[in-house]
Amino acid sequence: MNALVSLIVVAVLTAVAVAGAGARPSAFVLGIVVPYAAAAVFLLGIVIRVLRWARAPVPFRIPTTCGQQNSLPWVKSSPLDNPHTALGVAARMALEVLCFRSLFRNTRSELRDGPRLIYAENKWLWLGAMTFHWSLLAVVVRHMRFFMEPVPFPVLFALRMDGILEVGVPVVYMSSLGLLAAAGYLLARRLLSPQLRYISLAADYLPLFLILGIAGSGILMRHFTKLDVIAVKELAMGLSTLQPALPEGIGALFFVHLLLVSSLLAYLPFSKLMHLGGVFLSPTRNLANNNRMKRHLNPWNPPVRVHTYEEYEDEFRTLMKGAGLPLEKEPK
Amino acid sequence: MHDTGKILAGLAVFLALATSPLWYASLARSSAAAPRLDLPAAERRCVLPREVIRASHMQLLDEWRTQVVRDGQRDYVTPDGRRFDKSLTRTCLKCHSNEKNFCSRCHDYAGAKPVCWNCHVKPEDIK
Repeated sequence: MNALVSLIVVAVLTAVAVAGAGARPSAFVLGIVVPYAAAAVFLLGIVIRVLRWARAPVPFRIPTTCGQQNSLPWVKSSPLDNPHTALGVAARMALEVLCFRSLFRNTRSELRDGPRLIYAENKWLWLGAMTFHWSLLAVVVRHMRFFMEPVPFPVLFALRMDGILEVGVPVVYMSSLGLLAAAGYLLARRLLSPQLRYISLAADYLPLFLILGIAGSGILMRHFTKLDVIAVKELAMGLSTLQPALPEGIGALFFVHLLLVSSLLAYLPFSKLMHLGGVFLSPTRNLANNNRMKRHLNPWNPPVRVHTYEEYEDEFRTLMKGAGLPLEKEPK
Repeated sequence: MHDTGKILAGLAVFLALATSPLWYASLARSSAAAPRLDLPAAERRCVLPREVIRASHMQLLDEWRTQVVRDGQRDYVTPDGRRFDKSLTRTCLKCHSNEKNFCSRCHDYAGAKPVCWNCHVKPEDIK
C-alpha cells in the first residue's frame, strides 16, 4: 500500500510533465520555472536544516567505541574505531562517508532448527548501497557537461572513465547500469522481504521510485528514443548563465526527466535523503573520544558561584588560628 | 561547546559545489547560445532528415561501419530513394569537409568524444 502511494505520486508527476510538454507556456514553466524553484528549495532547505543542527550544543563526547580506547602507552589502542585525535576522527569519518564502514558490519540473525539463533554477516545491503551512491555521484558529475561551457576537465575525465568499456554507440555508461541495478535491488529488498515491507513507509519508496524514474527516462533518452542534446544543453546553459530560454525541439520524455529531478531536489531537504548532510553530523562518529583528556564544558550550565577553600581560609584565618586549626597560609 | 564553526565551513563547501554551474558560467564567461555550424554550401539535404541525423548520426555511422567492415555491403538507399556509398570519408566528409567547424563544434559543446578519428584522418589534416 505504501509502495502504491509513492508509485502513484511518481505516475502523477510523469503525467503532468507529459501533459505540459506540448504547449509552449507550460513547457516554459516545466523547463525553467520549476527547475529554478526546485534548486532554490533544495539549497535553502539544506542550509536552514543544517543551521538548525549547528545550533545544537555539544556538551560531551559520545562516540561509539568500537575498539580499545587510548590510555596507557603499553595498551595498544584502536585509532580508527576509538579515535582520540582530530586526524583519527577524520579517517573514521572518511571511511564512514566514502566506504559506508558501519553498514559493512551489517549482520543478519536467523532462527534455525534446534531452535538455535545464528548470526551471519550480510554484505548485500552494503554492496547495493555502495553501487547506488557511487553511481549516483558519477551520474551527477557527468551531467555537469550540460551545465558548464566549456566542459571542464574533471567532467570530461568522468565521462571518459564511466564509458571506458566503449560498449555500444552512444557509449553505455557503467554508472547508468549501476544506478538502475542498485536502485532496483534496494526496491526489491523492501518489497520482497516481509519484515522490511512491514517497516517501509511511503517516504521510503518515494525516493526509490523517483530515482528509478529518473534513471529510466535518462537511459531511454540516451539509448532508445533519442533527443537533441544540443537543445538540451542550450536550455541547461540558459539556467546556468541566468539567461533562461526554451529552445525548440525538446521531447516530452525530457520534461518527465526534468520534473522528476526537480521533485527529488525539492523533496530532499524534507526527507530522509537529508542524510546527505546528516552523515557528517553523526555525533557517535564525528567526535574524538577524549573525554578524559580534555575538559568539555557544558554550554547550558548556569554560572555557579563558588567559595573556594582559599577564600574560606582568608575569611576565617584569625578565628582558625585562635582555635588552633591547621592553616595552609600562616597569618602575617 | 558548539561545533558551529566547523559546520559552517562544511556548509560553505557544499554551497560552493552546489552552485558551481552558476559561478563557473560567470568565471568562464560562457554564453548560452548553441554553436554555429559551417553548413555545406552545395548540398542542402543530408541522407536522413535533420532531426533524425542530429539525434542518431552516431548509430547510423556505427551500423555503416559494421555492414561495410563485416559484410562488405557498401550500398545505402535513403528512405526517399537516393543512393549513397556507406563511407564516412567519401560520403559524410565530402560535404562536411571541415571537422573543426562542423563535427567538433557540437561534440565539444556536448562533451562528446567520438572515436571516429582513432582510425580516420580528419579532412583538414590531409592537405
